[in-house]
Amino acid sequence: MADSVTSLSAVETIDVTPAEKPRQLFLEVVYDWITTVDHKKIGLMYIAYSLIFLVVGGIEAIIMRIQLAVPHNTFVSPEVFNRMFTLHGTTMVFFVGMPILFGFGNYLVPLMIGARDMAFPRLNAFSFWISALGGILLYYSFVGGVGLYGAGSAPDVGWFAYAPLTAKVFSPGHSTDYWTISILLSGIGSIGTALNIVATVLCMRCPGMKLNRMPLLSWLYLVTSSMVFIAISPLTAAQIMLLLDRYVGSHFFDTQAGGSAVLWMHFFWIFGHPEVYILVLPAFAFANEIIPVFSRKAVFGYPAMVAASVGIGFISMSVWAHHMFAVGMGAGANVFFVFSTMIISVPTGIKIFNWLATIWGGKIRFASPMLFSVGFLFQFLIAGLTGIMLSVAPFDWQLTGSYFVVAHFHYVLVGAILFMIFAAFYYWYPKVTGRMMSERLGKWHFWLMVIGFHMTFDFMHIPGLLGMPRRIYTYEPGRGWEIWNLLVSVGALIQAIATLIFIYNLVHSYYKGEKAGNDPWDAWTLEWSTASPPPAYNFATTPVVHSRRPLWDIKHPEDPDWNYE
Amino acid sequence: MAGMFIHSSSYLAQSSTSIFSPAGTPSRWIFTLSMFVLSITGLIFLVVAGLLTYALIRYRHRNLLTYNEPTQIYGSNQIELAWTVIPALIVVMLFLTSSRVILATQDAKKPADAVDVVVVGHQFWWEYRYPKLGIVTANELHVPVSDPAHPTPTYLEMSSADLDHSFWVPRLAGKMDLIPNRVNTMWIDPDTAGLYLGQCAQYCGVQHAKMLLRVYADTPKEFAAWVAQQQKPAVEDPAVAEGREVFLHNACVNCHTITGTMANGRFGPDLTHLASRDTIASGAVVNNAANLKQWIDNPDSFKPGALMPPMHLNDHDLNAITAYLTTLH
Repeated sequence: MADSVTSLSAVETIDVTPAEKPRQLFLEVVYDWITTVDHKKIGLMYIAYSLIFLVVGGIEAIIMRIQLAVPHNTFVSPEVFNRMFTLHGTTMVFFVGMPILFGFGNYLVPLMIGARDMAFPRLNAFSFWISALGGILLYYSFVGGVGLYGAGSAPDVGWFAYAPLTAKVFSPGHSTDYWTISILLSGIGSIGTALNIVATVLCMRCPGMKLNRMPLLSWLYLVTSSMVFIAISPLTAAQIMLLLDRYVGSHFFDTQAGGSAVLWMHFFWIFGHPEVYILVLPAFAFANEIIPVFSRKAVFGYPAMVAASVGIGFISMSVWAHHMFAVGMGAGANVFFVFSTMIISVPTGIKIFNWLATIWGGKIRFASPMLFSVGFLFQFLIAGLTGIMLSVAPFDWQLTGSYFVVAHFHYVLVGAILFMIFAAFYYWYPKVTGRMMSERLGKWHFWLMVIGFHMTFDFMHIPGLLGMPRRIYTYEPGRGWEIWNLLVSVGALIQAIATLIFIYNLVHSYYKGEKAGNDPWDAWTLEWSTASPPPAYNFATTPVVHSRRPLWDIKHPEDPDWNYE
Repeated sequence: MAGMFIHSSSYLAQSSTSIFSPAGTPSRWIFTLSMFVLSITGLIFLVVAGLLTYALIRYRHRNLLTYNEPTQIYGSNQIELAWTVIPALIVVMLFLTSSRVILATQDAKKPADAVDVVVVGHQFWWEYRYPKLGIVTANELHVPVSDPAHPTPTYLEMSSADLDHSFWVPRLAGKMDLIPNRVNTMWIDPDTAGLYLGQCAQYCGVQHAKMLLRVYADTPKEFAAWVAQQQKPAVEDPAVAEGREVFLHNACVNCHTITGTMANGRFGPDLTHLASRDTIASGAVVNNAANLKQWIDNPDSFKPGALMPPMHLNDHDLNAITAYLTTLH
């Protein structure tokens, strides 16, 4: 094994100083970014693009929360409110969640498996630009969506756009078409990138990196990308059917002509529920990298973690109709979907327990990435438990379509996924820019976010239990909803402030941050063996690995991991 | 005037819409089940969050100077098996309890004395038809209180004229969607007389927020009186003949029905006994002369986006038509 150690050390000692860059004109820089096929630049464009949409979607949320702060408020009209929740949901899922996770995947997967780029660099660029076009089209509807005098501009059909609200007779004008086409395009982009990640993980791993030595992040991206194929296809099919209904006169979903509204629900949710896992698995991926490094211990039960992820991937394909417990399915179907939904909590539980066991006996360093990961652990636990409540179909008959559900899925999307995305920013920012993010601002960001998050989404469960349905632009006083809605709105503002601090930190640290060096966290995966920022070719010589933690082996030649795997 | 006072006070006396104050069998079953689920999940939370908190405090990194890496542990099959099997057992238990309530609710036998109501969802209002009793009304559902010794549940057969809606009166039962081209059924059996509130729980367009539900659980005597009243033909008060003429000679008749007149539209609520209802605009405002007049003049002032158009009547006609409508007891 002595020979292998030297080959690993070679990774560390080769000259990785970036070549001196000639000064570029502004237009040259722009041209460079537009035409790039470098996975790192594409990854960063994905991330920048989603951050812009995160701010836009956040502003939409704030508009809704101002409107709902007090009963019978007239801050916005019902039409505007309906557009806001449609755009908020569509934006956050399709133009923030998906692209930001693909952005991290694009940047990190090749680096972590010791590759020089993705398998298909030009497909990668195509996928990004087609997704970007989708997002731009969605917002272009404000300008081009009217189509007919008096018809609304931006889409107002809700993010799951139940039929027959999307039929021509109920949604005249073009706003629904912009919604449909923007999702179609972003779906094509997602499938392209997913294909790319699967091919990269399966074919581009460096010598010695067998599947069972891959970093868990690569495993989770493999699972999540495979799920994208299966989940996005029915969504794309449904969008095409909807366009045919609207323009060719077919009647898939047109109930006025005998079509089926329930058919749309099935199509949408067989996309929509796996989608939740498509978004949450990358968050697990970040946790799998960050929690061990900050606990200073190898991840507990690597094979079980992989098995649980693959298990979640499979089971998540069979749970979709738990969104439809109130549409009048037969008792048999309801019972089936209760079971499939509940059973997914077993592999999910394994993950939480294994993270707990990873922390157990460690030496935990509470830097910003770990703080956000700790927030994630608690919040994901609660999100899982409210998920169990919702999987109990009779309980769901009360809770579905109420603010309880809104609180539940924001616990997953914000409390788990967004918190892990923030953790990932703090963790990999030094690698991407060569500078550390400010810890002081990071702590402000974390604590304000925790306070704002809990104020908003803890209290949001309560009006749901008290009978408040979602998607109402105003509500009646006297049902005990007022105080909770006010607190929720204040919490939303605190979260907005926290996010602004984060964005300030991103920009400020780029210029003023402390120099990071190659490996600021004393971590164990391959991306920390190259320069920060990594050169265009990632690794001067292809690394060779012998265990799941190649950098641990280098740092601890007396006790390398391969003795235990 | 006294009547108006009673109407407005009963409107303002909002009853709770909490799912935790059940007043009927389906909601009570759900309440019991939810308490069971809440205690199990609460227990899981305490255990896991407790262990997490302990680990975070106990294993925080204390001393930077004498730093050495902790012992590396890669996994343990026994422990991992334990935390796979125990959650699986909890899942099986929760699954069996839920299934029991699902089957009991969905496969409940319909007693002979059940009241049948056909519910049709419309963009922003509810149509109620009692086929056996020959009654058609809107927005305020009257059902008999059900005595456990002699149950008289109400079976709702639900569909929609346009979009998806959802019937949700939390104190009586869970939700059931109203979907075009499809008939769903649910049953309610309020055990105490009174007014139960709710609202549409499936987004259905601009005024989804003001598609409110009002269920009146009447004592058997009150219910019989209400039925007798609703079965009568529309009141023809000669004092408001002018208002009736205005109504019949305007577009009102295209959308509204008043039995015994030529008005037989089906697009809007049946107005035969409009004055017997506490509210107008699907529960959005109190039913009194001033509100009625404003509603006819400009529905958007109460419910922007409602499908009723402003009638553009002059003040004289507006007063006449309002006077006529207030006599339709």
